[in-house]
Amino acid sequence: MGAWTDMAFILVVVLDLFLLASSRLGAAIRAVALQGALLSLLALLLTSSGHDLGHMLAVAGGAFFIKAFLIPWLMFRAIREMAIRREMEPLVGYVPSLILGGLGVVLSFALSRGLPLPTNEMHPFLVPTALATVWTGLLLVVSRRKAVTQVLGFLVLENGVFIFGLLLTDFMPVMVEAGVLLDLLAAVFVMGIVMFQINREFASLDTDALSSLKD
Amino acid sequence: MVLFVILVPLVLGALAFSWPDNRTRPGLLVAGAGLHLLGILSLWIHPEGPVMNGYLFLDAAGKVVVTTSSVLFLASAVYAQGYLRSRDDRDNRVFVGGLLVLLGAMTTVGMAQHLGVLWVAIEITTLATAPLIYFNHNARSLEAAWKYLLVSSLGIALALLGTFFLALSGAGPDGPRSLLLADLIRAGPALSHPWVRAAFVFLLVGYGTKMGLAPLHSWKPDAYGEAPGLLGALLAGGITNFAFLSVVRVYQVTNAAGEGAFARDALLGLGLLSMALAAVFMAGQRDFKRMLAYSSVEHMGILAVALGLSGAAVTGAFYHVLNNGLAKGVLFLAAGNIHRAYGSKRIDDVRGAARRLPISGPLFLAGFLAVTGTPPFSPFWSEFMILNAAIGMGRYWVAGLFLLFLAVIFIGMGATVLHVVQGSDVGAPSRPGFRDGWLTAGPPLLLLLAVLALGIWLPGPLLSLFQAAARLATGAT
Repeated sequence: MGAWTDMAFILVVVLDLFLLASSRLGAAIRAVALQGALLSLLALLLTSSGHDLGHMLAVAGGAFFIKAFLIPWLMFRAIREMAIRREMEPLVGYVPSLILGGLGVVLSFALSRGLPLPTNEMHPFLVPTALATVWTGLLLVVSRRKAVTQVLGFLVLENGVFIFGLLLTDFMPVMVEAGVLLDLLAAVFVMGIVMFQINREFASLDTDALSSLKD
Repeated sequence: MVLFVILVPLVLGALAFSWPDNRTRPGLLVAGAGLHLLGILSLWIHPEGPVMNGYLFLDAAGKVVVTTSSVLFLASAVYAQGYLRSRDDRDNRVFVGGLLVLLGAMTTVGMAQHLGVLWVAIEITTLATAPLIYFNHNARSLEAAWKYLLVSSLGIALALLGTFFLALSGAGPDGPRSLLLADLIRAGPALSHPWVRAAFVFLLVGYGTKMGLAPLHSWKPDAYGEAPGLLGALLAGGITNFAFLSVVRVYQVTNAAGEGAFARDALLGLGLLSMALAAVFMAGQRDFKRMLAYSSVEHMGILAVALGLSGAAVTGAFYHVLNNGLAKGVLFLAAGNIHRAYGSKRIDDVRGAARRLPISGPLFLAGFLAVTGTPPFSPFWSEFMILNAAIGMGRYWVAGLFLLFLAVIFIGMGATVLHVVQGSDVGAPSRPGFRDGWLTAGPPLLLLLAVLALGIWLPGPLLSLFQAAARLATGAT
């Protein structure tokens, strides 16, 4: 079991780096979907005797359905309707963002040493993976121009938050977790509507066109 | 009653989404606002204990913010009757429904005693607001809505991570293992310190984004500039105040855990930075609605500075929450009228508003005087309280910078406002068919009278409420 969990954490981080270097939107959406699937797997792998098994199954199942299936499906529909394939000219190039991402991973491991867990250690990779994924998400949102890629970045950020949330599953109220999944869905849903409107107004999904408001 | 004031706006909001008639639908806003205010008044007269296992409770700090926004919402709801009638070409289903959902969510934020519930409610305020910013359905309002949604979502995601950190800080063997404020505060020093610090940083960044503190304010000028005036009023005088309340909640826990000094320094720094940035961008602003956004950045900065100073300044902060909320209502509603009458919000186009709009023009000027802290309007007294506290604590640098920024902002904002209000309106662009009516000019006028009255006489129960809220926020007994 331990080796599988290690592997899953490492894969999540690898997917972070892949996303930072990827220019094809289809591949990026698949990577986010795969990351979502890994998260639900992790939720199961980290279930211990202290957990309510039914609850953990619900969390894992919910995460799988929303993160690995529903949202990627919505995103694929969006890019198909708008006929876009590639992220052109990101604000920060692929190599610099990969370097920044790598730095983030190193820093996350260093930082999490300074933050000793007050609970029983669940897995030594959990906190650094969560922080690295949050960092990747932030990086993607601020360094990309396409609305679709920014939404992907936001999803990666939420994935990072979700990984961290796994630490709390044994004492956190169910309500808050349900709120997390619901909010994720709602946020993307609204973003999807907005994107649809952007498409109609500009016939492109480049947020650079959204820059008439300046000081 | 606690559940009543949350559920009534939500139910009416659902009703608004299914209401068939575009012309009568805005009436639901007044019904919701009126019932909400009545509910809040009843809670003033007969205070109620915690409900829902202690998750919801209207404490002193919440009462200040909820009452302020209830009054502001009623004024905006009346204003909306006139405003939406002048825009009956546009479907207002989403607008009316969204505003009512927003009221319900804001009230939940005000009453939440559980940081998870607080976070969910803040998220709902964001989701409810984004479509409202897009009310005008043009490219510019779309850009503003997109920016608002993206920046706020990032802030909210980071706030959730911060909330998780806080949950974790109390997860030790003898920790509270709870996100209820009372439990966390009681546990105090037993919380894990590194995690409390990290949580404060993330929550301050997260809720600070919702407040629009510099440098996290990038959504503000666009959203305030493009949203209808009444939504601007609710953003600047409602939602941002609730975000401040959320920061207060986080500060309560951080302070109880013994990390108060660290939190106060961070708040002071961000607050002064916000005031400085507002001073810089206010000068030479060519768009009077965007100018109001920087005024909002400034006032959120003032609140952060006051919380950072702690002590007596926090009483001033809660007083200022009320004053800023009401004064922002005056400014945004009057600005909305001027925008409607000229069809422009560029100060190159708009002049002589006092002639064209004999009520809204002077109101805009009076609102400016009020919000920049000119006596006898009430913001003067709250800002004076904060300044006085800073000097009393020997924080001369803070007091000096505070005064300097206020003065620069007064001059910068004054130049723009006078340009808009004074002079002759001959030759300025106009949009026919809009004049001051009692529905559109009455609500800001009444809000201004309230600001004036509170400046001349502050009722004793209000002052003791502000003091109680400050005691709660600073953990003083």
